[in-house]
Amino acid sequence: MKELEYPFDTEYLLKNKKKMKRQLLENPNLLEKNIAILGGSTTSEIKNMLEIFLLNYGIKPNFYESEYNKYYEDAIFGNEQLDEFNPDIIYIHTTNRNITDYPTLYDDEKTIDEMLNNEYNKYKKIWEALKNKYKATIIQNNFEYPFYRLLGNKDASDIHGKINYITKLNQLFYDYANSTTNFFINDINYVSACYGLDKWSNQFYWHMYKYALEVPAIPYLSFNIAAIIKSIYGKNKKALVLDLDNTLWGGVVGDDGVENLDIGPEVPQGQVYFEFQKYLKEQKSLGIILNINSKNEYENAIAGLEHPAGLLKKDDFIIIKANWNPKNLNIKDIAEELNLGADSFVFVDDNPAERKVVYDYTPGIATPEIDVPENYIRIIDKNNYFEMTNFSKEDLKKSELYKDNAKRSQMMATFDNYDDYLKSLKMKAEITSFKPIYLERISQLSNKSNQFNLTTKRYSLSDIEEVYNSDNYIKIYGKLEDIFGDNGVISVVIGNIKNKDELHIDLWIMSCRVLKRNMEFAMMDELVNQTKERNIKTIYGYYYPTFKNKMVKDFYDLQGFTLVNEDEDGNKTYKLDVLSYKNKNNVIEVSK
Amino acid sequence: MEEIYERLNHVFQDVFDDENIKVNENTTADDIEDWDSLEHINLVVAVEQEFGMKFNMSEVTTMKNVGDMAKIVQERKTK
Repeated sequence: MKELEYPFDTEYLLKNKKKMKRQLLENPNLLEKNIAILGGSTTSEIKNMLEIFLLNYGIKPNFYESEYNKYYEDAIFGNEQLDEFNPDIIYIHTTNRNITDYPTLYDDEKTIDEMLNNEYNKYKKIWEALKNKYKATIIQNNFEYPFYRLLGNKDASDIHGKINYITKLNQLFYDYANSTTNFFINDINYVSACYGLDKWSNQFYWHMYKYALEVPAIPYLSFNIAAIIKSIYGKNKKALVLDLDNTLWGGVVGDDGVENLDIGPEVPQGQVYFEFQKYLKEQKSLGIILNINSKNEYENAIAGLEHPAGLLKKDDFIIIKANWNPKNLNIKDIAEELNLGADSFVFVDDNPAERKVVYDYTPGIATPEIDVPENYIRIIDKNNYFEMTNFSKEDLKKSELYKDNAKRSQMMATFDNYDDYLKSLKMKAEITSFKPIYLERISQLSNKSNQFNLTTKRYSLSDIEEVYNSDNYIKIYGKLEDIFGDNGVISVVIGNIKNKDELHIDLWIMSCRVLKRNMEFAMMDELVNQTKERNIKTIYGYYYPTFKNKMVKDFYDLQGFTLVNEDEDGNKTYKLDVLSYKNKNNVIEVSK
Repeated sequence: MEEIYERLNHVFQDVFDDENIKVNENTTADDIEDWDSLEHINLVVAVEQEFGMKFNMSEVTTMKNVGDMAKIVQERKTK
């Protein structure tokens, strides 16, 4: 919903949230999650806004809300209602209103340090208690600055200043976050600064309703929390698709000629575009894939990218579409070539008409209203498309991986026989039971895979840890490398053992970048191998259709399973007699 | 004044997502099912936006019905 993208009209959102909620609930395939809000001030409207932002990301939240200012009691002393609710996410909404002690000018350094540690330990106790009791992910606010400065500018540098104190407390929170998994900071210090601290701290709302921020600021807060949550559940965008003329540089390369483009340090317009290119290059370094979709002659597009003052070069892009096709068709082609859903794209174009045609014909794509060039970065950045939560080393290599894939396609064209091509890749796989170093990646993959995913079951990191520690599961990951490079962990299978000799496959996923490499057969070989070792006789496989996983609807047929049941929604159950299974992989060298 | 009530009515309908709402000077929170203290805040924010004005704290705490609200709006509205 366009209304729920930055920049938004907060009054409109607050006024129309009920109507919007009704509309958003009509979307199919919503992912249900239990979210507990433990508040140190009023949270009602924060919850309402969070709900519509999450619905817009395809997540349907059920809420538990602590009684007013009972965040500490709920966490430390326990609460049956909360136990029963069994949260997936716990959001702790505390603010500087919850800081009980501040240093005074009479306190010495040691007293202030003690005070600081006491305050920090109170929170640490909360987090530890929650972690022990629930397998939920915790999201904790840091603290916003106070709205007045007793010591003036010295408030920031002097140990007696509130700003100084809050800065140190925040740092302790960050240290904890950096050493803890499933724990994230919601940076209200930054969000309140962007919004305007004086407005954010509007005292009217505190004294009237015990809101620690003014109500019109709440959408910004909730949007920020929603960004963390959707990222945890793999709903981040993955790729940028960029226009060229007046988007990456000023001017029209085909009309003005390369030498007359605005890019580089000489003129203000050139600087603006240069900074935007720099921002995009930084995104690329985080694993966001860059592509081009431009109405241009291909030669002109490339010539523009070779402008000596430009920062982005041809090699920074995976797919370059420079032609005269409608842009929505180019988007479709790019999605197919990358094996990604177009709903994971952010399309950046200065022309509102192009944005509209792409938006109208591409469900789920983001087409930010980037306004004038000096606002491009802010508007893209504030939309939190690429929010980082679980960041794996794989992400850093993503652009290379997609490049390698492009090389493989070229090589494939030189072979007549597909098996010969596969053998020429000299593939080596590691297929074995979960190992601790891969748990994070495994969870990430379970949340990101939509197409090659038989059940679309999502696992948070703590869910995966539970599977890892339990004997009731067979759990296998697969890593694949070939002459062009290492793909890392790209496939995961989790089977639940029931009635001693049955295995029920809860999860079977594979990254689309290794499609048609016979990896799924190598995985099945190992799965059957492990079931035999544990004297399991029958394997049950399940296919639950979504609008994204059609490519695997006949997966179990291909694997030699027998269809047992299919209901009217297309949900299918299959079974396999383990003893009748014969190994299928003959192109990948497998190690354990 | 009539125009104010008409615009107020629109705001109420939006905030409570109910097209059947009709407010008059005697309407109070008891007359509208969803009108609780939390929803009251949204109402205040929406009315302020509609008329380009702000209520102060003592006004919000002492307004008894829609009539009180409309009177303040009439004195101070800028659009």
